[in-house]
Amino acid sequence: MGPYILRRVLATIPVMGVVAVIVFLMLRLSPGDPAAILAGDQATMADIAAIRERLGLDQPLLHQFVVWVGELLTGDLGKSIYLNRPVTGLILERVEPTLALSISTMIFAILFAVPMGVVAAWRAGSWVDQTIMGLSVLAFSVPVFLIGYGLVIGFALRLDLLPVQGFVSLWDNPVGFARHLVLPTMTLGLVYMALLARITRATMLDVLNEDFIRTARAKGLAEPRVLILHALKNASVPIVTTIGLGIALLIGGVVVTESVFAIPGIGRLTIEAVLQRDYPVIQGVILAVAGVYVLVNLAIDLTYSALDPRIRF
Amino acid sequence: MSAILEASAVPTASRRFRPGRMLQRHPFPVVGGVLLGLLVLSALAAPWIAPHDPIEMNIIDRLQPPGGDYLFGTDAYGRDLFSRVLHGGRVSILIGFTVAAASTVIGLLIGVVAGYFRLADAIIMRVMDGLMAIPGILLAIALMSLTRASLWVVVVAITIPEIPRVVRLVRAVVLSVREQAYIQAATAIGTRFPRLMRLHILPSTFAPLIVQATYICASAVLTESYLSFLGVGTPPEIPSWGNIIAEGRLYVQLAFWNILFPGIALALMVLSVNVLGDGLRDALDPRLARRL
Repeated sequence: MGPYILRRVLATIPVMGVVAVIVFLMLRLSPGDPAAILAGDQATMADIAAIRERLGLDQPLLHQFVVWVGELLTGDLGKSIYLNRPVTGLILERVEPTLALSISTMIFAILFAVPMGVVAAWRAGSWVDQTIMGLSVLAFSVPVFLIGYGLVIGFALRLDLLPVQGFVSLWDNPVGFARHLVLPTMTLGLVYMALLARITRATMLDVLNEDFIRTARAKGLAEPRVLILHALKNASVPIVTTIGLGIALLIGGVVVTESVFAIPGIGRLTIEAVLQRDYPVIQGVILAVAGVYVLVNLAIDLTYSALDPRIRF
Repeated sequence: MSAILEASAVPTASRRFRPGRMLQRHPFPVVGGVLLGLLVLSALAAPWIAPHDPIEMNIIDRLQPPGGDYLFGTDAYGRDLFSRVLHGGRVSILIGFTVAAASTVIGLLIGVVAGYFRLADAIIMRVMDGLMAIPGILLAIALMSLTRASLWVVVVAITIPEIPRVVRLVRAVVLSVREQAYIQAATAIGTRFPRLMRLHILPSTFAPLIVQATYICASAVLTESYLSFLGVGTPPEIPSWGNIIAEGRLYVQLAFWNILFPGIALALMVLSVNVLGDGLRDALDPRLARRL
């Protein structure tokens, strides 16, 4: 138990190290002078020189890297060029909407996708299965903004039931917070749900073919009990693992959804940073998001190794 | 029943290509393939079948609803949406196919090296793990911020995040194949590495790679539209589906067709490629077909 946890925790270090190297080298290895690219088209030579000095681009590469990683380890993600403020603070200001949308989407998707996948696997090959699978292929082929604007036109503009866009903090107004989250959650949830339903079905099909399922049925257990207590419980490890790995995809969807609904989250921060060529912010967002992804997956793996003694890597 | 009897009585009959029977057996992939074919044809033929110039502005006819002279209506500059959507297909198809081909080829090369050489494997897989920890669209956005936007920069920015999945797939296949007895036999009779690769290892990767390439194509088409929609993708003067939608979002209330038609074209394209991919997977890997 102990050595496994230690090894699993240590395994996150090379991954984050690689992310840091990628982010670091991306700017330095890009074609042309990075300082000139960041300064933009209207920059004077003095502007370019100032940016070069600000980011330490005039120093040797290795020196730059060591200084930068040293700062990272103290939680300092650098300073925004455009706003002249610490990136860590900028990210923390924008984290609430993104976190709220990600969590509500995940809950919405799991609530619908898991039962759908279980039923599809249970009645594999039937019209129920084909309908669920057909709809799920459709749902993850339709672009997020088409679903988003469809819901906005229907529920917000025509029926006037929900706000068109924007975000309200949970601490300011819990009702407004919930009302603003409904449409974005449905938009992204439909896509994520489709993916999750497919995975649930595939995993459940594997488990349903196992001997212990036949035994459970032969004992005369009621079908819901077999499906949920015997099959779903055993299928849950791969399902949850896939949910963890799917976070990368979810965050991609969050960026687009935030743009459709004008939600001031991490996605909007990134797009603003790209339009202003504010590379320290882009770099900070990537590191923070990758860090969250690695930590969530670490937590999932460790939880399972605690719950299921068979899991050892 | 009669079909089975007929097939067993006359074995050659089942080999003949019969579209009706294929449609009956695999309805979704066939419909997907036909739909994709139509979309590709209409995009290729866009300069000849488009009724208007896709970039010619005609301010008097701005934001016209669908119908009459303008099948899909017009945009805020009075440009014919139908012609723009037809031309937009060219960009999406170009990007989808190029990204699929490039990431498959690059991923194949890296994956083979990782699967066959132990030393390289450790380093390559750590790099791939790192790349996969960054959400693809964020990585693409970051790459787009580094140079002046052009169609080829978009292709590179979408290709790089797709590579790790191909590498992992190829590596897994190579790892399982290299332990097979026939590889040992080939090595024992002195087969050199390039020949071993070409004749004995690479062929096993083709079936899963083709399936993966179709999924990458679908995902690349979507990613291009997302990047353009966010304003950090294909240069705005090129009428890609993402760009048409990005312009149309300003007029959602006045002229929702500016989002609806390119959105539907995009969805149909991605859907047909995904369905085709599912069909190929089932056809190429019967073991998986029963499961998924």
